[in-house]
Amino acid sequence: MPENWTIDRVQEALASKKISARELATDYYERIAARNPELNAYLTLSQNRAFAQADRVDALVGAGKPLPPLAGVPLAVKDVISTRGVRTTCGSKILENYIPPYDATAVERLEAAGAVILGKTNCDEFAMGSSNENSAYGPVRNPEAPDRVPGGSSGGSAAAVAAGLAVVSLGTDTGGSIRQPGALCGIPAMMPSYGRVSRYGLIAFASSLDRIGPFATNVRDVAAVLQIIAGRDANDSTSTTTPVPNYQAEAEKPVKGLRIGIPKEYFGSGMDPEVRKKVEAGIELLRKLGCEIREIRMPHTDYAIAVYYIIATAEASSNLARYDGVRYGLRVDGDSLLSMYRKTRGAGFGAEVKRRIVLGTYVLSAGYYDAYYLKGQKVRALIAQDFRDAFTKVDAIVTPTSPVPAFKLGERTNDPLQMYLADIYTVTGSLAGVPGISVPCGKVGGNLPVGLQIFGPPFGEGRVLQLAQAFENAGGAAL
Amino acid sequence: MKISREDVLRVADLAYLELSESELETYRKQIDEILEYIGKLNELDTANVEPMAQVLTDDQTADATLREDVVVPCKVASEILKQAPDPEPPYFRVPKVIER
Repeated sequence: MPENWTIDRVQEALASKKISARELATDYYERIAARNPELNAYLTLSQNRAFAQADRVDALVGAGKPLPPLAGVPLAVKDVISTRGVRTTCGSKILENYIPPYDATAVERLEAAGAVILGKTNCDEFAMGSSNENSAYGPVRNPEAPDRVPGGSSGGSAAAVAAGLAVVSLGTDTGGSIRQPGALCGIPAMMPSYGRVSRYGLIAFASSLDRIGPFATNVRDVAAVLQIIAGRDANDSTSTTTPVPNYQAEAEKPVKGLRIGIPKEYFGSGMDPEVRKKVEAGIELLRKLGCEIREIRMPHTDYAIAVYYIIATAEASSNLARYDGVRYGLRVDGDSLLSMYRKTRGAGFGAEVKRRIVLGTYVLSAGYYDAYYLKGQKVRALIAQDFRDAFTKVDAIVTPTSPVPAFKLGERTNDPLQMYLADIYTVTGSLAGVPGISVPCGKVGGNLPVGLQIFGPPFGEGRVLQLAQAFENAGGAAL
Repeated sequence: MKISREDVLRVADLAYLELSESELETYRKQIDEILEYIGKLNELDTANVEPMAQVLTDDQTADATLREDVVVPCKVASEILKQAPDPEPPYFRVPKVIER
């Protein structure tokens, strides 16, 4: 039995009856039992649901019926994405016992495509963080270096796939929360365009930024998962009818002649020199593959973190108003309704969430709205314009994913601003709404993975995957 | 100093968020530092820039905006109520808000 399953290998093994879906799920639960106590990647396991699904797949195999594209594939789902009947905590004490009465559209589609949901993965509370240290259930450890963070906020989803505790997983990305942990754990990780994947059932953090996307061990599997979850959903009015191409076919297209923009602003001070060397080697590899490398300017890059922490906290302060101890989650009694609200929210939310609610409420409050929120929205428009301008000259943009490799647990927890700067290369694409992927681009310091980020134009997932696939095929991960 | 202790108290009150004394001072200091950093946005002249509230363009949202307002029966009402801290089907119960 192969140790490193991919979607293709699962398909072959099931079709040729080398393994059953139930045996495969059992194998993954054994792996989780062995490794999760150390990594803390999973918060909740969904064995009943997983084995029921595996048995459905095995029945199809037994009846000689055609198998759906992800039949039997073990999947992990970030704990901010709703799963019917399976506890969904958002990494927060305020939702410690919350059991969603419905599935997110992405989950429903993946299960309909045959995927086996193993469980829910740890994350920063309400997806707010860059290291997974803001989870109320303890940090996740980086499988490559357990004294270090896996990145965040989708740290559990990244670690689960990197450690072989799931074949693929779903994360969410608001400012870098898929791409950055993908980079730090050394696996491909994709944020699709805003509007490409339905957010229905994704528990909201910042609605104009939140996106669902896949982690996998290879680009082909990223494309396979995206294929299933992409496309219009009547339950999310921001999901678009833009046609969904065949992503695996797009990924196979040759990259010779593609114009790659390298924005000077992403290579300034603050980047680890070893990371810089790897990313430059990655760009050189793309040149050898026949891409045309062009230096470009994206002059508003340096303002992106400031804009992000206005917009994201403002939207969060509004979205998190729903946790009031009335309809779900924790309630702490008080002597009046308002005192119950205050006590519930004070006891249920962790430090980072409270800090962001205070900041977000402040930037929206009377007297400060124009100076902060409106200003932030205007500079966001300038950042989006940087991307539009760039895509009139180049076909894709290549940058580092993170300025540093995985840092040590506890190293940055006392300085929120320093932690926010971990997202310096990823938040730009979040604000602009474009798709981006992080692909492994060698390791530094012996075992710490580096990520290369590839941005495409809106709904240009095919081109992003095409470059990522060529980079992977050419040995980018071993640079 | 960009943000005072009174500002934090006022905002926490707006957000119905109980903060301890130590939280109050810690957040004030940290948020002050963040607002200081955010101040760099004032280097940019944005007088003639339209604010961007969301990313989708008009033609992308033309067919992806509002659905028909059709009444659909909710099949999971009882499951929803089960998640409430203090349900009294078919209601959510809250502490008394009106004195007689």
